[in-house]
Amino acid sequence: MRIALFATCLADTLYPEAAKATVRLLERLGHEVAFPAAQTCCGQMHVNTGYQRDALPLIRHYVETFAGFEAIAVPSGSCTGSIRHQHAMVARRLGDPELAHRAEEVAGQTYELSELLVDVLGVTDVGAYFPHRVTYHPTCHSLRLLRVGDRPLTLLRNVAGIELVPLPDAESCCGFGGTFAVKNSDVSTAILADKMRNVLATGAEFCTAGDSSCLMHIGGGLSRLRTGTRTIHLAEILASTP
Amino acid sequence: MSTFLGLPTAPPGVGHLRGNSAFPVAAREALANTQLRRNLAKATTTIRAKRARVVAECPDWDELREAGRAIKMATLAHLDEHLSRLEAEVTRNGGTVHWARDAIEANSIVVELLRSAGATEVVKVKSIATDEIGLNDALAAAGISPIETDLAELIVQLGHDRPSHILVPAIHRNRSEIREIFLREMDDADPGLTDVPAALAEAARLHLRRKFLSAKAGISGANFAIAETGTLCVVESEGNGRMCLTLPETLITVMGIEKVIPRFADLEVFLQLLPRSSTGERMNPYTSMWTGVTPGDGPQNFHLVLLDNGRTAALADQAGRPALSCIRCSACLNVCPVYERVGGHAYGSVYPGPIGAILSPMLTGIEDNASLPYASSLCGACYDVCPVKIDIPSILVEQRARHVEAVRGRSAEAVTMAAAAWAMASPARFAAAQRAGSLGRLLARGGAIRRLPPPLSRWTAARDAPAPPGETFRQWWRRERRP
Repeated sequence: MRIALFATCLADTLYPEAAKATVRLLERLGHEVAFPAAQTCCGQMHVNTGYQRDALPLIRHYVETFAGFEAIAVPSGSCTGSIRHQHAMVARRLGDPELAHRAEEVAGQTYELSELLVDVLGVTDVGAYFPHRVTYHPTCHSLRLLRVGDRPLTLLRNVAGIELVPLPDAESCCGFGGTFAVKNSDVSTAILADKMRNVLATGAEFCTAGDSSCLMHIGGGLSRLRTGTRTIHLAEILASTP
Repeated sequence: MSTFLGLPTAPPGVGHLRGNSAFPVAAREALANTQLRRNLAKATTTIRAKRARVVAECPDWDELREAGRAIKMATLAHLDEHLSRLEAEVTRNGGTVHWARDAIEANSIVVELLRSAGATEVVKVKSIATDEIGLNDALAAAGISPIETDLAELIVQLGHDRPSHILVPAIHRNRSEIREIFLREMDDADPGLTDVPAALAEAARLHLRRKFLSAKAGISGANFAIAETGTLCVVESEGNGRMCLTLPETLITVMGIEKVIPRFADLEVFLQLLPRSSTGERMNPYTSMWTGVTPGDGPQNFHLVLLDNGRTAALADQAGRPALSCIRCSACLNVCPVYERVGGHAYGSVYPGPIGAILSPMLTGIEDNASLPYASSLCGACYDVCPVKIDIPSILVEQRARHVEAVRGRSAEAVTMAAAAWAMASPARFAAAQRAGSLGRLLARGGAIRRLPPPLSRWTAARDAPAPPGETFRQWWRRERRP
């Protein structure tokens, strides 16, 4: 299958390893990956902060860049959530029903990585090898906007060599919330403190998730406290081979 | 020609819908209260687990939620008709209905009614609506002493405090603090009072029993009002409410207009949804229902005050209207990562937590509670537990948009957002911005940035920021994959 990669602005700019891993993984599974170079950002930060008018050109740009692809892979639950739940809503709210219609079509072809692997490509064992102790944080938007359920965990369980340990109170938010982490930084930090406590309690070497943004938050806290526990994107584990 | 300025919102200066400081400031203070943090964490964790257990018992929970949502939304679509029907039925059954445009009108109606009844003391069953309008302050100003009879409300009242949770107003207090409050404020408390919960409950019971037997008037809220029969319904755990509803000669019920439901049969849905969502019980211990006045039995004067106070404005708001479906179960508070850390006071309104973050700005107008829609990480846990399926995260996002569009300011944030959107609307500009941003590597030590300038300093106060990589993904792609 020919799959378009939407790297997301965050992974493209700050976490290229997550996007590279997505490419390596999909190619290893026998698929062709396209990277439409015009892509930029889904506009989620703007929408969630109240700047829908500023987001509208970004939404239009996403739709124009990715229209026509059979499947679009996104290594992010929250960007996929925004594309699926907000793009058409914003277009409609700002009086562009035609764009809303096209946005719905493109959103229908857009998949978060674990959805793409399990539902579209029908794979649960990607043949990865990752001999480390790992805990998985199911990010809020993967969990509650996309309902990815246990797809990421199923994929992780089939990774050779992995020691997967459950994260206590896993379904609680990490406190990121986009600009929430800056606007309400004290509350965000308090929520993060509990998430870090739970991550550290697992004794895991890595905390993984399907979203670079939540990982930036959790990882930023773990790094600040010099905990020695690292974050890693789900795609990077699934792309690892002996 | 007159200009339509929109529907009236809850007036300032009266009641408790507005805080003294913006949410981030109030939250910072609350976060520093370690006792509060412990109490909240313990209480919300316990209630959360209880709720999850009893909800899991219901194979038709999602159908019940959908039914609850559908009944509420259909009722709101014809609210005027249902309220007129309710008024007619209450009146036909010997009650009197009063319409209050706002807090000021509602308070003066209640004060007048109590004056006519010759009451100097009034017992109250927990009612958030009366707290919303600041009724106790209005009563005190008129020389009438209100006595809260819900145990938690009594603790709050005696502690000269504010409620911090819809269902468990004293959630921020633990039992040793309650013992201290009782010993200090309750004139008839036993000096040897311990902090054993049963002993505390007994002290309150003895204290309240005397009040129940002497008060001429009672004030209640309502969980539901049934239009077709004119029946009012209050659900509670302690039985103190039932005392308030049955012992005094005069009963005044203050109820938000959104509490009406069309049919008696609709209760079947809500009496399943509410206790399981709120206290995590299959059924609450006391469900009281009354219809007008029954000669020789219970209060012989019944008054129903129908309160607007911004609700019609909320009703007119297509996107926000579902917030009026709320049945005040507080499940959203108990699962909210923000509420769990800061408690209710930080929200500055009687309606805290996720539902408060959308409802308070709707009742007051967004400009008076502009920081509340941002008091959420948009994690979505509230929507998942809501028994009437209010999509709180989407309404928060809508309110943020309205706030930004209303302010229209060239705030630093607005300029940054516009610049970011401009850069990201074009791949060439985006790539240029990435190259400029990669200079951030100069700030990094050991692969991380420890300190950034404001406003991002609020990020680096507690978290490292990633150092920009030597090569962006798109640079890698072009280098590796260009044919």
